[in-house]
Amino acid sequence: MNKQTPIDIDRAERTEKLQGMGCKRKRVEDIRFTQGKGNYVDDLKLPGMVFGDFVRSPHAHARIVSIDTTRAKALPGVIAVLTAADLKPLGLHYMPTLAGDVQAVLAEEKVLFQNQEVAFVIAKDRYIASDATELVDVVYEALPCIVDPFKSMLPDAPVLREDIKDKMVGAHGPRKHPNHIFEWQIGDKDATDAIFANAEVTIKEMLVDHRTHPSPLETCQSVASFDKIKGELTLWGTFQAPHVIRTVVSLISGLPEHKIHVIAPDIGGGFGNKVGAYAGYVCSVVGSIVLGVPVKWVEDRMENLSTTSFARDYHMTTELAATKEGKILAMRVHVLADHGAFDACADPSKWPAGFMNICTGSYDIPTAHLVVDGVYTNKASGGVAYRCSFRVTEAVFAIERAVEVLAQKIGMDAAELRLKNFIKAEQFPYHSALGWEYDSGDYHTAMKKAMDTIGYAELRKEQAAKRAAFQRGETRELMGIGISFFTEIVGAGPSKNCDILGIAMFDSAEIRIHPTGSIIARMGTKSQGQGHETTYAQIIATELGIPADDIMIEEGNTDTAPYGLGTYGSRSTPVAGAATAVAARKIKAKAQMIAAHMLEVHEGDLEWDVDRFRVKGLPEKFKTMKEIAWSAYNSPPPNMEPGLEAVNYYEPPNMTYPFGAYFCVMDIDVDTGVAKTRRFYALDDCGTRINPMIIEGQVHGGLTEAFACAMGQEIRYDETGNVMGASFMDFFLPTAVETPHWETDFTVTPSPHHPIGAKGVGESPHVGGVPCFSNAVNDAYAFLNAGHIQMPHDAWRLWKVGERLGLHK
Amino acid sequence: MIPGTFEYYRPDSVASVVALLAKLGDDARPLAGGQSLIAMMKTRLASPEHLIDLSAIAELHGIREQGNDIIIGAMTTQHELIASELLAKYLPIIRETSLVIADPQIRYKGTLGGNVANGDPGNDMPALMQCLDASYQLVGPKGEREVAARAFYNGAYDTALQADEIVSAVRIGKPVAGHGYGYEKLKRKIGDYATAAAAVMITMSVATCTSASIGLTNVSETPLWAEAAGKALVGTQLDEASIAKAVAAAEAITNPASDMRGPAEYRTKMAGIMLRRALERAKSRAHG
Ligand SMILES: Cc1cc2nc3c(=O)[nH]c(=O)nc-3n(C[C@H](O)[C@H](O)[C@H](O)COP(=O)(O)OP(=O)(O)OC[C@H]3O[C@@H](n4cnc5c(N)ncnc54)[C@H](O)[C@@H]3O)c2cc1C
Repeated sequence: MNKQTPIDIDRAERTEKLQGMGCKRKRVEDIRFTQGKGNYVDDLKLPGMVFGDFVRSPHAHARIVSIDTTRAKALPGVIAVLTAADLKPLGLHYMPTLAGDVQAVLAEEKVLFQNQEVAFVIAKDRYIASDATELVDVVYEALPCIVDPFKSMLPDAPVLREDIKDKMVGAHGPRKHPNHIFEWQIGDKDATDAIFANAEVTIKEMLVDHRTHPSPLETCQSVASFDKIKGELTLWGTFQAPHVIRTVVSLISGLPEHKIHVIAPDIGGGFGNKVGAYAGYVCSVVGSIVLGVPVKWVEDRMENLSTTSFARDYHMTTELAATKEGKILAMRVHVLADHGAFDACADPSKWPAGFMNICTGSYDIPTAHLVVDGVYTNKASGGVAYRCSFRVTEAVFAIERAVEVLAQKIGMDAAELRLKNFIKAEQFPYHSALGWEYDSGDYHTAMKKAMDTIGYAELRKEQAAKRAAFQRGETRELMGIGISFFTEIVGAGPSKNCDILGIAMFDSAEIRIHPTGSIIARMGTKSQGQGHETTYAQIIATELGIPADDIMIEEGNTDTAPYGLGTYGSRSTPVAGAATAVAARKIKAKAQMIAAHMLEVHEGDLEWDVDRFRVKGLPEKFKTMKEIAWSAYNSPPPNMEPGLEAVNYYEPPNMTYPFGAYFCVMDIDVDTGVAKTRRFYALDDCGTRINPMIIEGQVHGGLTEAFACAMGQEIRYDETGNVMGASFMDFFLPTAVETPHWETDFTVTPSPHHPIGAKGVGESPHVGGVPCFSNAVNDAYAFLNAGHIQMPHDAWRLWKVGERLGLHK
Repeated sequence: MIPGTFEYYRPDSVASVVALLAKLGDDARPLAGGQSLIAMMKTRLASPEHLIDLSAIAELHGIREQGNDIIIGAMTTQHELIASELLAKYLPIIRETSLVIADPQIRYKGTLGGNVANGDPGNDMPALMQCLDASYQLVGPKGEREVAARAFYNGAYDTALQADEIVSAVRIGKPVAGHGYGYEKLKRKIGDYATAAAAVMITMSVATCTSASIGLTNVSETPLWAEAAGKALVGTQLDEASIAKAVAAAEAITNPASDMRGPAEYRTKMAGIMLRRALERAKSRAHG
């Protein structure tokens, strides 16, 4: 290594002080979170505030014969009881969904899922509201229900959505059946069918990515406060996309948008659950407008799990065609998507099945065809992106299970099959058969690094020995090795194909340097725990040479923050992170002009040096950004307007495509079905790394949720549509005891189109993790010819596999 | 998850609890650690109008020796059971069982009395108490009486306890020194009730099993004392054939519900597996 000069040392010290990109800066928000000083919606107490609670349907499908609110209204402390009859004259008994459907706010003639909202009781305290819900007398006439999506489109299936039964063209084209929502197709059907007809090897498997729930620790909640004098509404709520909520509230309430103040304070986790609009938000708003006092609505755990947006419920018939040597030639997928009672998926509007067409994965599959049919059932609505970009966990699960099934069929090692079919580094930007342009990647390098680190060859040897021992009766344990190599697609997105209700999916940053050189910056995104206050400040610190500790990041107040589409689908870094860099660069350009004026040189004679502009060749002649800031306000160059701030609305030219190689080693107790994760190794490539510690934290969190989904978490219904286990006793949320130890690693392949080369990471571990766990389980039983084993892989289901295979004495 | 309205009482003697219960009737419930009752109140599965908190009653606390018996006050917490040196010496199986109940925070609140009086087949202590042949001391308006754990449970949330009685203590005979014990529990995660669990107490004379008592948790409406399974082991060398017989006898008396922990047939089989594993551990610990 070269000897460091004093100049180098000085520069290194100044760089370190900034705590900019690449540094493991501690999360600034944790100071308040770890001391119980966060400020959540439920912490809000306003004078005169009253409380709402819902009367919910015990039935999955029933006609409402009558609703009698007399007894509830007579209870002392009850202020009002709203039903659909009250909302209908206002046109608010239904609300639009993000997917182009409508959703009942309060059920009018029918209920369509268990726990659906039927009436909203408002009382002077939370306890009275709850008591009063038991006094609303609703007479139901039960109807036959549909729980199995494969029965939705049977000719004699009961019609669920009578409100739209005559509307045979939906938001995404023709509907084939009253319970059909849409059919979405992409790819070349004829070419795909032709390859399948002639292929040497084909595989076909119905892969179920079962229904689960994002289950943030903080449930959904809102406080609405309508000022009758000013005609202004302030709405605090658990909103991942506060600006979109403001626009939607304006469109449905008729209030002018500038008289609506939407505020998302601290949010205790979202994972997609807090993107949509819920009946509780609407009812708190209506309640406040009608009563003129603030109305609070706070969901409990059971309500959150059983009524607000679920995730997954994709039934994916997945096929691959290949040569005998394992070269994949084509992919064909049909998805039956169970959307529940209303189509309230949170996808960009033109994408009814999200980005399911990323299902060709990390492989160079030249020909493919995908069909998705969405159907209604008597279950809660949703279908949100639970810690992933839109339907990407589903897509990656399909391809990553399918390549394993293929590898087994042709007797090839599953890692080798992947290496054989990867898109090569020199093929980027790569155009996939289903329409995406992958920005950058180096899959072979990542995969080989992962295989070396985990000791893949040795693990396979150990497994072979254990299998032999099992067959000799010397052990009752099965060893599985799970692999997944995923490509995410995040950062929605370019306005040519991404919008939400017509609003293009840009995002924004507004940066203002104060005269003394500290900064406030506001973004259109909204952290739910991702650490935005830490990482955006690091981007600005590096771009502008102001220490991150002197930069305040503010999000969530729609009056002050620039318009943005919010945080989900790993879009904050790819879109708002880019906006931040671009806005900072605008400021820097102005700062350069000011510095030139201060130093009496030409702008072109200056160069940037960590935190200052210096004269080329004369390093002792410089002006720091702090000095420039003072000058910007107090002695700007003649004819230049004072001040130092900029705003950028960033329209991404493309998505970003993070990827990674994951390995899992699992041991399964055949007699109980209990699976233990011995090792889990995650190599992530998210492009430029802004804060390695936050990345690691995101990977740990995403993997933990992946572990949960694969190994037991589910929202299950019995045949009469009762939702089972909607509490944390049954809904599997792993604690520190169950959670495996995570080994993390990385490679860096920057995004070529992103101003700082960053790709986003918050969701990759979930997307890659779910199939990795499932592949490990499947691999454990593979030598016994178990066939595909569906998730979730909880103990009793694995025990059933053992029963089926005759493994129990 | 918001409870209904109730009146709250905190008497400081057993006599005043009994008087309150007599006065307030069926709408009153004793409150111990609240770890079962408050959860039921939040989901409104229970809506008592009067809650009588037992925590201020000194005579309900504590663990003591009385001749050949150990007496544990009803308000002794699971944490205290784990920490007790007396229990570690005479009844280490109570510690082993307590450690697989819920999580440390819940164990600081949850009590032995609440656990045995609750009548939830998911509770771990009742089957253990049956295995140990413990008896419960009950106090009511007519004075004290004692009911054997093996005769206490009629069905889910249905016990020999009358609405105007409380459990004041649990009495357990000291097992012989050198006994073997094991409590084995299968659960989905920390804080979960058993998919199935088995409590085993054995004594061995050289290689022969001279006594065996087995309790099963959460595989029926009530805890189960697997009498026939225990008998199948006595006089044997705990060889595979005898163990298989005991396991079959234990499985035969189960009648579990199918729930999110698994279907009934799985939970029955798991009762057998837990018994096998508890027995293995008990055997390795026994020296006689
Ligand atoms: C998340 C969670 C997980 C749990 N997991 C387990 C587990 O795995 N295994 C397990 O065994 N338990 C478990 N529990 C329950 C816990 O052990 C409880 O503490 C116990 O069941 C009840 O004890 P308590 O003191 O809290 O009683 P409470 O909840 O106060 O009372 C329970 C019932 O008993 C009655 N009662 C209480 N004391 C007396 C008395 N002295 N006389 C007469 N009646 C009385 C009450 O009226 C009520 O009906 C769990 C609890 C939670 C919250």
